[in-house]
Amino acid sequence: MSTASGHLEGVPAAEVEDVELYHPHSWVTKYVFSQDAKIIGIQYALTATAIGFVALVLSWLMRIHLGFPGTFDFITPAEYYQFITMHGMIMVVYLLTALFLGGFGNYLIPLMVGARDMVFPWVNMLSYWIYLVAVLVLIASFFAPGGPTGAGWTLYPPQAILSGTPGGQDWGIILMLLSLMLFIIGFTMGGLNYVVTVLQARTRGMTLMRMPLTVWGIFTATVMALLAFPALFVSCVMMMLDRLLGTSFFMPALVVMGERLSHEGGSPLLWQHLFWFFGHPEVYIVALPAFGIVSDLISVHARRNIFGYRMMVWAIVIIGALSFVVWAHHMYVSGMNPYFGFFFATTTLIIAVPTAIKVYNWLLTLWRGDIHLTTPMLFALAFIVTFVNGGLTGLFLGNVVVDVPLSDTMFVVAHFHMVMGVAPIFVVFGAIYHWYPKITGRMLDEAMGKLHFWVSFAGAYLIFFPMHYIGLLGVPRRYHEIGEMAFVPPSAHTLNAFISVMALIVGAAQIVFLFNLAWSLRRGKPAGGNPWNAASLEWQTPETPPPHGNWGREMPVVYRWAYDYSVPGAPQDFIPQNQPPAKAAE
Amino acid sequence: MTAIILYVAVIGSIAAWWLSRQRLMAKPWLEIGAAGETPGTGASEIPPAKLGLWVFLAVVGALLTLFVSAYLMRMHMSHDWRSLPTPPMLWFNTVLLLLSSLGLHRAQIAARIGWRHGIEIGLIAGGLSALAFLAGQYLAWQQVMEEGFGVATNPSSSFFYLITAVHGLHLAGGLLALGKTAYRTARGADLAQLRLGVELCATYLHFLLVAWIALFGLLLHG
Amino acid sequence: MAVVIALVLVAIGSVTFHVLSPWWWTPIASNWGYIDGTLTVTFWITGVVFTAIVLFMAYCVLRFRHRPDHTAEFGPENKRLEWWLTIGTTVGVCVLLAPGLVVWHQFVTVPASATEVEIVGQQWRWSYRLPGRDGRLGTVAVRWISPENPLGIDPADVAGQDDVIIEGGDLQLPIGRPVKILLRAIDVVHNFYVPAFRAKMDMVPGQVTFFWFTPTRTGAFEGICAELCGLGHAVMRARVVVVEAPEYDAWLERQPTFAPRVASVQ
Repeated sequence: MSTASGHLEGVPAAEVEDVELYHPHSWVTKYVFSQDAKIIGIQYALTATAIGFVALVLSWLMRIHLGFPGTFDFITPAEYYQFITMHGMIMVVYLLTALFLGGFGNYLIPLMVGARDMVFPWVNMLSYWIYLVAVLVLIASFFAPGGPTGAGWTLYPPQAILSGTPGGQDWGIILMLLSLMLFIIGFTMGGLNYVVTVLQARTRGMTLMRMPLTVWGIFTATVMALLAFPALFVSCVMMMLDRLLGTSFFMPALVVMGERLSHEGGSPLLWQHLFWFFGHPEVYIVALPAFGIVSDLISVHARRNIFGYRMMVWAIVIIGALSFVVWAHHMYVSGMNPYFGFFFATTTLIIAVPTAIKVYNWLLTLWRGDIHLTTPMLFALAFIVTFVNGGLTGLFLGNVVVDVPLSDTMFVVAHFHMVMGVAPIFVVFGAIYHWYPKITGRMLDEAMGKLHFWVSFAGAYLIFFPMHYIGLLGVPRRYHEIGEMAFVPPSAHTLNAFISVMALIVGAAQIVFLFNLAWSLRRGKPAGGNPWNAASLEWQTPETPPPHGNWGREMPVVYRWAYDYSVPGAPQDFIPQNQPPAKAAE
Repeated sequence: MTAIILYVAVIGSIAAWWLSRQRLMAKPWLEIGAAGETPGTGASEIPPAKLGLWVFLAVVGALLTLFVSAYLMRMHMSHDWRSLPTPPMLWFNTVLLLLSSLGLHRAQIAARIGWRHGIEIGLIAGGLSALAFLAGQYLAWQQVMEEGFGVATNPSSSFFYLITAVHGLHLAGGLLALGKTAYRTARGADLAQLRLGVELCATYLHFLLVAWIALFGLLLHG
Repeated sequence: MAVVIALVLVAIGSVTFHVLSPWWWTPIASNWGYIDGTLTVTFWITGVVFTAIVLFMAYCVLRFRHRPDHTAEFGPENKRLEWWLTIGTTVGVCVLLAPGLVVWHQFVTVPASATEVEIVGQQWRWSYRLPGRDGRLGTVAVRWISPENPLGIDPADVAGQDDVIIEGGDLQLPIGRPVKILLRAIDVVHNFYVPAFRAKMDMVPGQVTFFWFTPTRTGAFEGICAELCGLGHAVMRARVVVVEAPEYDAWLERQPTFAPRVASVQ
């Protein structure tokens, strides 16, 4: 590689002077206020995991309250709604978005495209610290007078800022909106980095079509997030004004508990449009990185090139574009003009086509592969099962008239947990088992990994598959107790209790995972530089874990795509991206 | 939501045009070779800071367009909209912002030909007129307030304060960057570095001018 | 092998669960059998796809799992196969969408013969308003709402004087007659949902929304609030009683109207 040509125009020089690299000298600049994308990525991931654990505990509390009526009455209805709201918001925004883009994006993008770092390291650092403040503000709302908001994660006005909802006339909703606004500002700073790094800092030979699908997924999701998050920002600012200054953006003339409020003429539907203009792309902001990462996991562990790479790239881009014109499928029964239903049902079902193609291509990658059933591969397989299941129930809810009886029932809860809860989190787990050796230099323990996998997979499926049928009965979501309903047979309460028990078990299995993360840091098997024999660039760093600057003195040169596995005639069953053609043929 | 859909469509078209030049039809498994042997390898030559600014402008554009969308929807969804007496001050402010943009434009030309003093004059002129614009906006707020339109009086006035505040905050952020560039100019920084800094400031100010004209038109419309 | 068994179990178990499940929608009591029909078609198509995909995965894992002398086959793409899969999926999606849109068209097209009934939601109870003898509902506005006039009917509107107002009681509807439900909320968003009727719609303060249906079965049906409306969301229940026409007329006759209430205040 030392003979790589350095004279090509328009490409960065192969060697950089050591002084150009920013080498942190003190512990604080190295590990706390670090500008290294890898450290920032780890900071994002740890913070997201910590707040995610809070969300997990909240889900336990909710489930025991819902599953065993009368037994856990120390949880009041107000608290139940606060838990449900915080659980949803944390999982969607503060865990999944932050982990996929801030965590994996930061760690993997520079390594995978062959850059030394993100292009604006200082802004990148700021991004994390603002995210951390956003999380702290969110946590603060638990201790504020009146507690956190209980408006549901969609924060629909008018109830979100009225006294009938926990936190509505207290601090809860204010802190929630403030935290979201901070999150968006922080994310925008990070997002600029991810986009410009992919566009500008790719190493020589790294064409777009040679990038791993992980980078494609994170890149497209970031572009979408940059355009979609402003919608949430705008809604938050306007709701804040409605709440604090008495404006009437979302608030119509109301009589609440016999009292006439001063608002006049506002439109609750305006909030819903703005919110879902963010909210639907958000689903794909979480899904696309998961799609990308799982493609790479399957390819590496099945020792086979990803099938239909070009189709996979096109599908990511098309899904990303289409996701901006489907938002109102969350609003079929919201009271908007019913004729919108025709348009949004059609666009929603069209998205099923590129999504299905991705599923086929994952399966066709397994077909004729050499499938190693490692923990990352197990999670990838579990992702396919849960994602297909949740995606197919999406066809129920997207098809406007079928949505009418099912919307606002537990069917919806089961659907979105399957498709954007369980499925992406399995990808997160798979990805952590896969890249942990690169991050720490040690393997995660396989036995604990398998235990974690089996309990999580079997348990999650047993929670959410039967839950669809509870929704089919007509049991609505967001009820702190199901109570007696004429259309709900007593056996459904038994099923409901079973779901709660499974939720406790699955939650407990995550403790095994956390233990494994900590235990393997010191005691895990040493991994070496490339334990999975993977071809993509991040496994070819000269040192593991990679130090600041990633590549030492010399930048890698890329000669091929990231999926040269089991190439006929090659000496090994993989060819690294930076291996020159002549050497590979030897 | 028409405005934001159009906006996303424009951004999408730019993205599609760019992607169409990235050889997305290529079969990467057939193209094995070093950089330069296959066309389109490597990244573009635009400085990252410049591209970063453009991406940021796209985000700010989306934010402002969403306010426009919300404004139009709120206006047409209900019958309580009263049109706001537009303070004449706003016309004067528009001229100030135009002057600021011109000043930055001059600074950019000076940077191109390497005339340091010209850069300083341009930056200071641009910065001062931008500050004057912000002061003018504040006076316009007071005029509207005196007309009896408080923040919560009518959605037209709520949006007026909100939109001018959001625009003003973005301008204030730009002024910080401008101040930093002016400081660096005074310290005698490297000319190539200055050229980029001045160009970024100028682009941002031009963008905010265009955005203001669009928002002003919207306020007049309401 | 455990993985293969697990995948097969997921496929077969899901289908078995579906077939044997005692948890199924409540028997329908309205004309929206088409919605159930579309749902059933969707279950069939998606069920077949899900089973096929999971079983295919199980086969792949069984057949292509790592063994000492086994190697993977390099094969970047297969255009023909991908085209066929795309076309097949598109056809499947069209089969789902087409009936869905047809039924949705029926859902949003209210028959001219439908009688209007208004349901008003507030934290945390339902009120009903039916047109009196004139067959018309009086105009309403938030500014008229008071303890004596909880639904905000314009006292000056002649059409409103004979409006029947039901607070806290059950709503009765005559069997076989299409009814257009007008929905109003006076504080926050609610949603009136009777699972047996299948139809639902949010009620949004500041606007009037609607849905329509024809009751096809007599009996009492439980309704619930299906949009989070604050602390009392889960206790916001309703009961709709569908009766034969003569019984309905007799019931309607007994209900209080708006005019006397206003008179009593004056």
